[in-house]
Amino acid sequence: MSSLTDSVFILVVVLDLFLLASSRLNAAIRAVALQGALLSILPVLIATAEHHPAHTLLLAGGALVVKALVIPWLLFRAIREAAIRREMEPVIGFVSSMILGAVGVALAFVFSRGLPLPIAGQHEFLVPTSLATVWTGLLLVVARKKAVTQVMGFLVLENGVFVFGMLLSGIMPRMVEAGVLLDLFVAVFVMGIVMFHINREFSSLDTAKLSALRD
Amino acid sequence: MILRACFQVGLFLLLPPLLLGVVNRVKALFAGRQGPPLLQLYSDLAKLLRKGTVQSRTTTWVFRAGPIVGVAAVATAGLLLAVAGEPALVAFSGDFILFAYLLALARFFTALAALDTGSSFEGMGAAREVTFASLAEPALFLALVVLARATGTLSLSGMLGPGLPVAWGEAAPALVLAAIALFVVALAENARIPVDDPNTHLELTMIHEVMVLDHSGPDLALILYGASLKLFLFGAIFTRLVLGFHFESVLAAEAVFVVGLVGFAALVGVVESVMARLRLVRVPQLLVGASVLSVFGLVLLLR
Amino acid sequence: MLVLLVLVPLGLGALALAFRDNATRPLFMLAAAALHALGVAAIWASPPPPGAGGYLGVDPVGKLALTTATVLFLACAVYAQGYLRRRSDRDNRIFVGGLCVLLGAMTAVGLAQHLGVMWVAIELTTLSTAPLIYFDHDARSLEAAWKYLLVCSLGIALALLGTFFFALSGAAPSGPRSLFLSDLVAAGPALSKPWVRAGFVFLLVGYGTKMGLAPLHSWKPDAYGEAPGLLGALLSGGVTTFAFVALGRVHQVCRAAGEDAFPRDAFVAMGLLSMAVAAVFMVGQRDFKRMLAWSSVEHMGILSVGLGLGGAAASGAFFHSLGNGLTKGVLFLSAANIHRAFGTKQVEGVRGAARILPLSGPLFLAGFLAVTGTPPFSPFFSEFAILNGAFGGGRYVVGALYLAFLGVVFIGMGATVLQIVQGEPSSGPRPDTEDTWLSAGPPLVLLGLVLALGLFLPRGLRELFDSAAALVVGTGS
Repeated sequence: MSSLTDSVFILVVVLDLFLLASSRLNAAIRAVALQGALLSILPVLIATAEHHPAHTLLLAGGALVVKALVIPWLLFRAIREAAIRREMEPVIGFVSSMILGAVGVALAFVFSRGLPLPIAGQHEFLVPTSLATVWTGLLLVVARKKAVTQVMGFLVLENGVFVFGMLLSGIMPRMVEAGVLLDLFVAVFVMGIVMFHINREFSSLDTAKLSALRD
Repeated sequence: MILRACFQVGLFLLLPPLLLGVVNRVKALFAGRQGPPLLQLYSDLAKLLRKGTVQSRTTTWVFRAGPIVGVAAVATAGLLLAVAGEPALVAFSGDFILFAYLLALARFFTALAALDTGSSFEGMGAAREVTFASLAEPALFLALVVLARATGTLSLSGMLGPGLPVAWGEAAPALVLAAIALFVVALAENARIPVDDPNTHLELTMIHEVMVLDHSGPDLALILYGASLKLFLFGAIFTRLVLGFHFESVLAAEAVFVVGLVGFAALVGVVESVMARLRLVRVPQLLVGASVLSVFGLVLLLR
Repeated sequence: MLVLLVLVPLGLGALALAFRDNATRPLFMLAAAALHALGVAAIWASPPPPGAGGYLGVDPVGKLALTTATVLFLACAVYAQGYLRRRSDRDNRIFVGGLCVLLGAMTAVGLAQHLGVMWVAIELTTLSTAPLIYFDHDARSLEAAWKYLLVCSLGIALALLGTFFFALSGAAPSGPRSLFLSDLVAAGPALSKPWVRAGFVFLLVGYGTKMGLAPLHSWKPDAYGEAPGLLGALLSGGVTTFAFVALGRVHQVCRAAGEDAFPRDAFVAMGLLSMAVAAVFMVGQRDFKRMLAWSSVEHMGILSVGLGLGGAAASGAFFHSLGNGLTKGVLFLSAANIHRAFGTKQVEGVRGAARILPLSGPLFLAGFLAVTGTPPFSPFFSEFAILNGAFGGGRYVVGALYLAFLGVVFIGMGATVLQIVQGEPSSGPRPDTEDTWLSAGPPLVLLGLVLALGLFLPRGLRELFDSAAALVVGTGS
């Protein structure tokens, strides 16, 4: 079982690196959906004796529905309405993003050495995966021009926070659920509405066009 | 012992054209065609050896040396290769660096021969090939470093030898990532789709093919043979990495190895059939992606 | 009772969203403001016990922030009646509903004694105000709304990670295992220091983004510049104050864990950086609403410096949060009036505001004087207290830089404001934009309060500032 959990964490990081490299929005949305699905089975895999089984299943089910189904559906609709398929050359190029992402993954492993877990029996990949995913999300938001990719970056960042929240789901279950799923869903929902307006106003989802305001 | 060494050398020298035949057969099957016979490349080589050479007046000894050094270097690299879990004929600590640089030497002379013709098309091909090679080499090294770290040795024979099953037991995810990276490097070094299309006849889309456009007769035979040897080399590393089990009998090991090689060739054929060639600006991203995967594997091993 | 204080505005907001009549919907805002003011007055009269199972509770920090918010919101609610009547062409459903929800969310932040509840409430302030920035429905305000939403959501997500880190610092079997502020502070040295340190970094970035400290301030000029002035007043006077409260709570936990050296240095550094950045961009600013946004960045920097210096300076910082909140109300509301009268936010297009708007023009000027720390307005005393704390504690470089930046801001802002307010107007005011009691009354009242606080600071308030500072940074610097 532990090697399966290992593989899930590693696959999450590999998906992060893939997202940094991909310019095709369809593939990127599918990768985010897959990452969400993987993360939703993690609570089941790492549940220990402290966890309440009903809570774990509720969290897993909720995460699966929101992260792997609803949000990708919203994103697909957004790109269909805006008729965009690719991210053109972003602010930080694809190769540089990948390299920065790899550096971030390495640093995440280094930093998590310095953060000893006070709760015993937790998976050792949990903190590095979480930090690496947060870093990837930040890179995506900062480096990309299309609004859809920026929202995806935000989603990936939330995925990283979700992974971390699983450390706490034994002692503070409601915090994790409320914190992450609500935040994610509502924020992305609002962003979806704003993206709809952006598309209508600018006839594009290219945030490079959102540059009229400057000093 | 001597018998085994002879068998290995014989396998290395005689099997490679069959691998290319397998690749072409698989591609044809995907396309719904019958395809050329599996032993087609042998016939092609024989035919080419019988023909005469045509050499341009603008070329020098470099042009003639290119194919020869190409095959010689690759064949020498083959001596360093551990086959089927047994040690290679020549093995010492750090021999994987020599391995990589022998391949680089072959590529260097091929590119020089291309530049020697003074034609712009060959020059363009040489420039592209060398650019991609400069990205593929770090990827290759990183993948081999992952392997070295996992098995704890710096020799190819050690990396692909008895330490490998143990490494799979301890560090399987890192080795999977290294295997994927190696496969991508293999595709890049052997000029296969998605990096280069070996069947294209449009010079502007060629990378490797255009470098060898001016060679004819025995020179071309040497080039084709060298390319197949290179495919064998990468296939051997990949196959041994993926099928890194411990075998009791030598016969079983060798048999599994040959079957694995054929499987590798089939896999290359499948990849060539289902993917299209990437735009040239995307190839660096692919190769850096392979490097990044190896780096991640290394991070997993070093933590 | 505390639960009611949060739920009543939220409920009125929900009702406003469902209400049909555009013309009378603004009254919901007035109702929410009035009821909220009553509630806060009751809190002053007799401190209520903690509510909602300990998740909500009143302490000096929260009480101060709530007072600021309720006075500001009341003024803005009155202003909104006139404003929304003048903008009756627009559907104000989301505007009124969102502002009522904002009041409820801000109250929740002030009352929260649980870091998780606090986080949810701050998230709610972002989500409820982002659509409101888009009230004008044009390309520029859409761009501002997008940047605001994205940057603040990003910050909030990082703050969630920081909150998780704090939770983990207390998650050892012998630890408090809770996110209640009192539990974490009581556990103190038992908290795992690396986690507290790492959590502080994320929480500083997260809540600092919400507060608008440099270098996390990029959304502010756009958002405050494009939002309606009413919203700008509430954001810069209200929401940033509560983000400051959140940072104060974070600091409480860090201090209890013994990890407060780095946080205080970080606060001073980011505060000075904010003041510097604001000073640079304030000079020669072409858009007077963006100028107010930079002023907000500057004042958040001042608050941060005060918090980082500790002791008397922290007390001054809390005093400043009250004064700043009210003064921003004056500035944004009067700027909104000027904007509407002249039809432009660009400085070139506005001259002689004092002639055309006999109340708003001088109010804008007076607000400028107040916000840059001119006596006898209250910001002078609070900024002076911070300066005193700096020099008194031997932080001469900090004090000198602080003074220098304040000076540059005064000159830069002054040039712009005087240009707008003085001179001969090129034409008369546009129709239906003259000063009325509804449009100029609220900022006038707010200015009066700012002046009054400067002239005479009631002892009750002074004690409140001191106890808030003692709670967050401890006594002594």
